[in-house]
Amino acid sequence: MSTPAAGNGPVHQLAEVLTSKQVGGHRHLTLVAPGVAERFRPGTAVALRHRGDASASVLRRTLPIFTARPIGAYGGTIELVLPGGDGLDDLAALPAGSTLDLVGPLGRPFALPKDPVATTLVGDGVDAAPLFPLAARLRERGCEVHVLLAAATETGLFGVLEARRAAKTVTVCTEDGSVGIRGSAGDVLPELLARTSTDVVYAAGPPAVLHRVAAAAEDHGAWSQALVMVAMPCGTGLCGGCVVPVVGEDGLTRMVRGCAEGPVFRGDRVRWRDLARVPGDAWGAQEGYR
Amino acid sequence: MTGAPLSTSLAGWELPSPLMVASGCAGSGRELAAWCDLSALGALVTRSVTLDPRAGHAPPRVVESPSGVLHSNGLQNPGLQGFLATELPWLVQQRVRTAVSIAGATLGEYAELGRRVAQAPGVAAVEVNLGCADREHHDREFGADPYLTGKVVAAVRREVPRGVTVLAKLRIGDGPLGDLARAAVDAGAEVLVVGNPPHGLSFDPALRPLLGAVTGYVSGPAVQPMALHALWQLHRALPDVPLVGGGGVRRGADVVAMLAAGASAVQIGTALLTDPDAPGRIATELVDELDRLGGSGPARVPDLVGAAHRREGDSQ
Repeated sequence: MSTPAAGNGPVHQLAEVLTSKQVGGHRHLTLVAPGVAERFRPGTAVALRHRGDASASVLRRTLPIFTARPIGAYGGTIELVLPGGDGLDDLAALPAGSTLDLVGPLGRPFALPKDPVATTLVGDGVDAAPLFPLAARLRERGCEVHVLLAAATETGLFGVLEARRAAKTVTVCTEDGSVGIRGSAGDVLPELLARTSTDVVYAAGPPAVLHRVAAAAEDHGAWSQALVMVAMPCGTGLCGGCVVPVVGEDGLTRMVRGCAEGPVFRGDRVRWRDLARVPGDAWGAQEGYR
Repeated sequence: MTGAPLSTSLAGWELPSPLMVASGCAGSGRELAAWCDLSALGALVTRSVTLDPRAGHAPPRVVESPSGVLHSNGLQNPGLQGFLATELPWLVQQRVRTAVSIAGATLGEYAELGRRVAQAPGVAAVEVNLGCADREHHDREFGADPYLTGKVVAAVRREVPRGVTVLAKLRIGDGPLGDLARAAVDAGAEVLVVGNPPHGLSFDPALRPLLGAVTGYVSGPAVQPMALHALWQLHRALPDVPLVGGGGVRRGADVVAMLAAGASAVQIGTALLTDPDAPGRIATELVDELDRLGGSGPARVPDLVGAAHRREGDSQ
């Protein structure tokens, strides 16, 4: 365990699970992690190891941070949100009092606009969680915040009530129409962007959703930033396992690391259709790797 | 991580610590520097550099396997020119003892890589990654064949001036290790590294390969006994050749085991993916281990090199 000399860099620490609660369809884990909480910025992640030092498991699991409270009765805490319901995975099932080994905060956060522009935050299911602390930062800067929450069904929706407190308008959509507008975020977004005259779109969700959000933002003429959570085996940029094809300023596509260069990318820069491969025109792509 | 007890030597290359960072496990070096003092390492081996930039393999590239990781990154790197312009100068400026890993697709590429890398200021050593496919011979792995191994090492050795140490990295787990090692040493390798990880393959429940590249390599604690066995064999066969061990080193005790099996230094790799600050911790543990193993005073690293063989000899 160590705290790197630089004050803003990530830390490696043991964190206690303070609470583990079911909220709607999701599981909320609050961890006592002062170093991470102080350094948190919306969009950053933590890489966790929770199966104990003697286990056969040697990689980390990287998750976005939901919220951080740098000051509190227990010192700084962070909160993570995981899929809940039946069949909790082994992380979500950890009881209060358990200890986790964690590294964070990792990655590049959402970039905040300098000016008080109109923003729309688009979240799909539980992936929407990191958008909530972002909404607070945007409002601090005088930005208008609109929120679109989407999910397959009502139980998958995350944070609808909280969004109503945090945003100027909240739109809800479900694929099955169980609540809100029937349809996906991609279906609903174009009209929402036009109605709110949005300048910047922030999105978090699975790649297929982010792809449509980025396309809708581009059509509307808005900037977009997408939090792309591909599997990140180490979280620290060392293993090179979490690559995403991203177009640079020079027009060249490079395979860049989701954890180190992301997890937040400009939506118009990600080659969404090519996430699972190395595009043939990528810098350094070789015959046979396509 | 300082102090004479930890210092070791690889064919005249003096290292203040036997702890090296294995190729491909430090990013460009900068990522790891956020977590540990790179200048305190024995040495850092860079990711393998190829002549041209490589985008690497399609994801997934790194997945968990029992007690280890299965991986195939496809040697993603910025190419020799990019490496020399952007990555190496930073390492040199940070006073990191640097071995540059080179990977060629032909003998000519290896030779050119060796020549241009050894000319760059601040390069202490060249580690020849022999785990590459020979483009001119049906993508056969250079390091699987003693003849090709010798050819590659000789091609590099010719281009690298004396004073820059040449390390040959052999693969653990398959191939005629003794013959490969002799071929490398006869061709001019001063140090042998074992090494490259053994081949591996895993499937998901739908029987699709887990890796984008289909097949890959197994690293981590799962291969540690194989690495120890390779060191054991090589130290018996070539007792005068300095060896570097790699494979599942997570603790000070793992380092001591590798030293005892015949290694003069060890490489830390997979452990960094879990604990990027592992080198500092392992160094502390190693000091404790040396205290434990010493007689009147703490043991020194060179005292332990091959110690398990001597103990074996005593009992016979």
